Amino acid sequence: MSPSPGTKVAPRPSTDVDEGTQSAAEVPWVAIVWNDPVNLMSYVTYVFQTLLGHPRPTAEKLMLDVHHKGRATVSHGTRDAMESVVAKLQAAGLWATMAADR
Amino acid sequence: MRLFRARLGRYVATFEPVEAHLLADLVDQVRSLLADRRSSTPQDPLAGLTGMAVGPSTAPPDPAVARLLPDFSRDDADLAAGLRMIREPEVIDAKDAAAVALLDSLPRGGGTVRLDEETARAWLTALNDVRLALGVRLDVHDDDTEPEGVDADPDGPAYAMFMTYRWLTAVQESLVQALLGET
Repeated sequence: MSPSPGTKVAPRPSTDVDEGTQSAAEVPWVAIVWNDPVNLMSYVTYVFQTLLGHPRPTAEKLMLDVHHKGRATVSHGTRDAMESVVAKLQAAGLWATMAADR
Repeated sequence: MRLFRARLGRYVATFEPVEAHLLADLVDQVRSLLADRRSSTPQDPLAGLTGMAVGPSTAPPDPAVARLLPDFSRDDADLAAGLRMIREPEVIDAKDAAAVALLDSLPRGGGTVRLDEETARAWLTALNDVRLALGVRLDVHDDDTEPEGVDADPDGPAYAMFMTYRWLTAVQESLVQALLGET
């Protein structure tokens, strides 16, 4: 969500300790979906297609990874982008979390 | 009832009156759970000034609500707390909007519903939320065996709840298949 006009958002502090380190805002993040006993395989596939834009074969493969391996990484990007993706996946009822991609 | 099928760009199903009542009642109950959660957060004055809604930092104590609003991080408690505060309100809003869309398109006295794609997606979300909540209450497992406490007493409330859960599963599955068939 964004602040109302006129307010400023404080920049996240950089975690640079040497030249080679990315700032906190640039660290890649991933969105992860976890298996749960209620969500239908067909529904998970449909959400991956419609919310994440994956083509059907990719959506099905990710769904099967969730089902068989317990989890799957379904998206990657900036922290802000992954927050938004996870919020949308959670709104759709999936068990979604995010993590720094290290 | 007649389960969902795709017909001429619409998603069509027919509900008996008792089915429509039951579904509406369950969707209302989930809305209440989420509304209670929303109102349980004390709003600070800064939130009122900026228009930013803030959520709680800790997971809901009710496990059914907790399943609807999971932690944003599994391994970083501080991150989870911070993200819950800034993101939980929008998740609740999205779920509530889906529930309202379902209720607005379901005749309480039963009958045939003809959903456009957007409303059908809202139905999926709202149906799924009801099933998630029921699934927590019933402690549903993956392998489709009856949860404990259900087979013991066919007249008991757990049995009725499980039958309702299975019915809603069929309804949701039919709607997903109808939508997937059109994509």
